[in-house]
Amino acid sequence: MLVLRGPARWLAYLVLATGIVIIIGPFLWVALQSFKYEIAILQGSWIFTPTWFNYSDVLYSHRSDFPTNVWNSVVVASLSTFFVLIAGTLAAYSLSRLRWNRWIARTFLGWTLIFNMIPPLTLIGPWYLIFREVGLYETLTGLVLAHITLHLPMTIWMMMAYFNEIPKEIEEAARVDGCDRLDAFWRISLPLVTPGLIAAGVLAFVFSWNEFAVALNLTSRATATVPVAIARFAQQYEVQYGQMAAASIVSTIPALILMFFGQRFVVQGLTMGAVK
Amino acid sequence: MLLLLLTVYPILNLIGMSVSTIGFQAAKEIWTFTPGTNFHDLLDDDIFRISLWNTLVFAVVAVAVEIILGLTLAILVASVSRFKGLIRTVLIVPILMPPVAIGSMWKLMYSLDFGVLNQIITSLGLQPVNWLGSTSLALFSVIIVDVWHWTPFVFLILFAAVEGLPKEVIEAARIDGARNRELVFKIIIPLMKPALAVALLFRIILAFKVFDEVFLLTSGGPGTSTEVVSLHLYKVFFEQNQMGYGALLSLAIIAATIAFLWVGQRAASAVGAR
Repeated sequence: MLVLRGPARWLAYLVLATGIVIIIGPFLWVALQSFKYEIAILQGSWIFTPTWFNYSDVLYSHRSDFPTNVWNSVVVASLSTFFVLIAGTLAAYSLSRLRWNRWIARTFLGWTLIFNMIPPLTLIGPWYLIFREVGLYETLTGLVLAHITLHLPMTIWMMMAYFNEIPKEIEEAARVDGCDRLDAFWRISLPLVTPGLIAAGVLAFVFSWNEFAVALNLTSRATATVPVAIARFAQQYEVQYGQMAAASIVSTIPALILMFFGQRFVVQGLTMGAVK
Repeated sequence: MLLLLLTVYPILNLIGMSVSTIGFQAAKEIWTFTPGTNFHDLLDDDIFRISLWNTLVFAVVAVAVEIILGLTLAILVASVSRFKGLIRTVLIVPILMPPVAIGSMWKLMYSLDFGVLNQIITSLGLQPVNWLGSTSLALFSVIIVDVWHWTPFVFLILFAAVEGLPKEVIEAARIDGARNRELVFKIIIPLMKPALAVALLFRIILAFKVFDEVFLLTSGGPGTSTEVVSLHLYKVFFEQNQMGYGALLSLAIIAATIAFLWVGQRAASAVGAR
């Protein structure tokens, strides 16, 4: 964009380098803490003998619920992603291709938008009461349902952007060649929006994995997810800093893995709606 | 359908709840119709007013800083030819991290005795700073965490927009003798108004929803200095067990959000985005 020469150029690199350090620094520092014994953390020492104690305590010890928490998170995130993708893709396809009454479509989309904007905590009260009544309170099923609801609007909007990108003519050509609507959707449109499916899937999974406010209030000790567990480390009377650091690092791993695989699609998905 | 079931029904439920007092006895809910008290509570709720104000300060300051930093970074990265991929990879990390993990990370770093920030400050010969424990600093500290968390997101949106700008226009302006500063303020920023509006809207929405990090870092304290709307709602519902009043509070927040969306859309279309 700009042509930078001489000092301005160095200044630009300096700013960018600082930015990268500020982003990575905290992460590395906390990773460092997670290899220290509690005493070394509290002394703030920089020279210490690294230990796996915090990780083994969090992941393997008998008094730790963390493996259960990880399992709960995996189950909730996978199931909710799966259902969100199905429902979101079908809804997006139908809104983008079928001729809905304008009024219905606009109300629906407007509603999803509003729902996406209000703090999830405003709905937690009624959810809490409803789930108590139907027996879903403190169950994983309840949390999966809540997460599907939370992340459906985002998925619908994203998938709609992808479906709108595909020229209608491709599908029409397929119909002329003898595909029925379902066939055309399954064989033509769906493969073309695969990047969108990946992006929406990754985001839905990560958001569900990260989601805290709802999980905090709708789960019990046995069904708590990873963020709830981390919060518990921090809220205990005596904060276990080492374990907290280790759990935080562990909780970031899925996001990091998904990032390496799906980065291109995620960035595209995140910015797609915005640029248009 | 599920979406409607799990959103519309709760809202109807909210309206029902908002005019009631709900007590629990032997695991059974007991609803009493008391429309007056809840509204009275709302008018009397000083903490709600404080939390609204804190949320507003938080949102405005954090989002403003994020937009400025994000825009600066976006233009700089677009201007240097190297490291684009690396920078993008690094910057996406905070977006995908669990907000709770971010909260606990910063809780460690902010620690009065052994946090890395105070280590740096004391090694420079200055007094350690009580980041989260002082009423005047706590909100500011929470804002720093939010800026760390969300500037990369703003950057991604704005960077995509910068890369999409028509190169010819900028070349033409440069040939006409425009200097860098003029390019930025007279050409690039005006052309990016739609993307800026989108980033702004996105971020303000998310900033108003803030809960996780604040819950972890300060739980609203010290005193009420970092009490935000979501946190207050959580406390009313689950610490004070005032389901009815919480429902009314929820409705007030939803109404405020819708009003805000409407105003925001007006403003956005005024500057030329959608």
